[in-house]
Amino acid sequence: MPKKTSWFHRFETDLAVGGFLAKRDLKRASKWTTFLISFVMLFTFLNLVVVSGILVGLIQGSFDQNRKFDTGDVIISPFQNTDVVNQSQQVIQIVQSVPSVQNYSYRYTKGGSVTADYRDVLLKDQKANSMGTTIAGIDPEKEDATTHLSSLLVEGDYLKPTDSDSVLLGSDLLATYNTNQFPGFSPITGVGIGSKVLITIGGSSKEFFVKGIVKSKINNVRNRAFIIESEFRKLAARDSLNVNEIAIVLNNTMTPDQAKQILIADGVGEYGRVQTSIEALPSFLIQVQDTFSILGNVISAIGLVVAAITIFIVIFVNAITRRRYIGILKGIGITPRAILVSYMWQALFYAIVGSLFGALVVFGFLKPYFDVHPINFPFSDGILVATVSGTAIRAGVLIFATVIAGYIPARMVIKQNTLDAILGR
Amino acid sequence: MIQIKNISKIFKSGDSEIRAIDGISFSIPEGQFVAITGKSGSGKSTLLYQMGLLDIPTHGEIFIDGIEAVNLEEEDRTSLRLHALGYIFQDYAVLPTLTALENVMVPLLMQGVEFEAAEKLAIKALDKVGLKDRMHNLPSQLSGGQQQRVSIARAIGHDPKIIFADEPTANLDSETSASVLETFVELNKAGQTIIMVTHEPEYALLADRVIQLADGVIVSDKMRK
Repeated sequence: MPKKTSWFHRFETDLAVGGFLAKRDLKRASKWTTFLISFVMLFTFLNLVVVSGILVGLIQGSFDQNRKFDTGDVIISPFQNTDVVNQSQQVIQIVQSVPSVQNYSYRYTKGGSVTADYRDVLLKDQKANSMGTTIAGIDPEKEDATTHLSSLLVEGDYLKPTDSDSVLLGSDLLATYNTNQFPGFSPITGVGIGSKVLITIGGSSKEFFVKGIVKSKINNVRNRAFIIESEFRKLAARDSLNVNEIAIVLNNTMTPDQAKQILIADGVGEYGRVQTSIEALPSFLIQVQDTFSILGNVISAIGLVVAAITIFIVIFVNAITRRRYIGILKGIGITPRAILVSYMWQALFYAIVGSLFGALVVFGFLKPYFDVHPINFPFSDGILVATVSGTAIRAGVLIFATVIAGYIPARMVIKQNTLDAILGR
Repeated sequence: MIQIKNISKIFKSGDSEIRAIDGISFSIPEGQFVAITGKSGSGKSTLLYQMGLLDIPTHGEIFIDGIEAVNLEEEDRTSLRLHALGYIFQDYAVLPTLTALENVMVPLLMQGVEFEAAEKLAIKALDKVGLKDRMHNLPSQLSGGQQQRVSIARAIGHDPKIIFADEPTANLDSETSASVLETFVELNKAGQTIIMVTHEPEYALLADRVIQLADGVIVSDKMRK
């Protein structure tokens, strides 16, 4: 009787012999079969990563745009029972004192209307060419530094701090850009760059030239009319310097949560509501993201099952058609474990090749492509959300499922009687 | 070396029983070349499979080097086959995706021999059977006789105590058969124990001892040398 070796040594030998057999099986298998199986694994990997990545990316795109073009990393807004951020100038001083604050912008906002053709006499029952909206008074330079408002111009020019008679209109206010036709909704017609519009806040009105039109997926940009802050305060008869929104952009030295905590600790929380950009999002968006994430995972799971079944069938067919080969191996003393390992190595090979090529396609092509050419959705520019860690986890899941799917059929065939397998009976 | 005690193999087919071998006992000492002969269906191959631990007898005991092999765990039987036994099958049973060299290397690697050492031993075994120059060929690139030589090299490569050969010349022409048998004789001269099943009486004459079976029992057991 040969002397017993340690469990580890036997395991090591099984791995080595399994690897030896698998390498030669793969090397001498049909190139087309190898290509086809790897191709299936590649698409399974893409299904795992891209489908959920796009679904989550649709909402993530909206999150990112809200942060970039409206709220910044942190936003300070009035409490629910107040109109303005109390002691705004003091709050702004605190904001300026936080070292990680890169830029900030304050806004005055109030409900008003934008009216075109306001000199025309209206006939009986004729509706004015007007639209109710939020009028925002901004410091154009601070706003642009913080939320890149000028980058959203689709026509005309951006506001200068001295543009006391100019307005930037959000594209949704204009019929040219807004083709929605639901009852009671009528965007302004016949207005373009250089047109005169009447802006009314409360009982006060003033003529402005349309200097630019901004277009965005963000409601607070596309639905607003922007004028300089001094004109806003005159028009809204606002004596105090209390503002309605303060958007803050941070540098990379601090997370939004950390900045929020510092602002609250410095007393800002007594004057207004301090929220990170995520907290300031409408709750339905968070719910939609959660739903899409679940949906993505369900679709991925189906893809995973399909991949597992594919590998199961491939290995099963391979093993069952090579029953005699397995019988001979067992007959000459190759352990069932080593034979199993050889099939698991093969499954592992297909899964790794599929995952590597999949990762190459995701990070080398799809992600950069969607970053440059996002999917145009009404509420966001959908991107592909694929992190290295998330992708690695999905690749790990795919590899695990594939190896198990390779193990089961091989085990089924290996359990058969050795002599019957050799003699083909 | 190998001792068979009262072994039987009974196959069941519905309600009926077929006694392929029935209460056979004998011993084979180390270094003997034994031919098992008999007509088709006499039980000679079944006997070889039991002795070679490829099958489990219904009754009886088999001792290999003093170890009772019938009741061993499957893992231990596999290990015994790997370390102590070598097989040569009627239809060669070479592994089609492995080259001649790799076919011979597999059992050596399974024994835990390092790759380079296994390669050297395999080349030596192939050289012994005159196939060193074809060692990188796949079985599909070799003739039947050459494949059988690969099978022999694989059987002797790990220096087993006993070689079992099941009608090793059945699929070969007479010239190639003679060459294969010559290899057996040379191996036996070097001290190798060989148990060969054959239905050709003239090939059995090359062995030291001829055991003849009929209907699953030994009808003659003659020493020739």
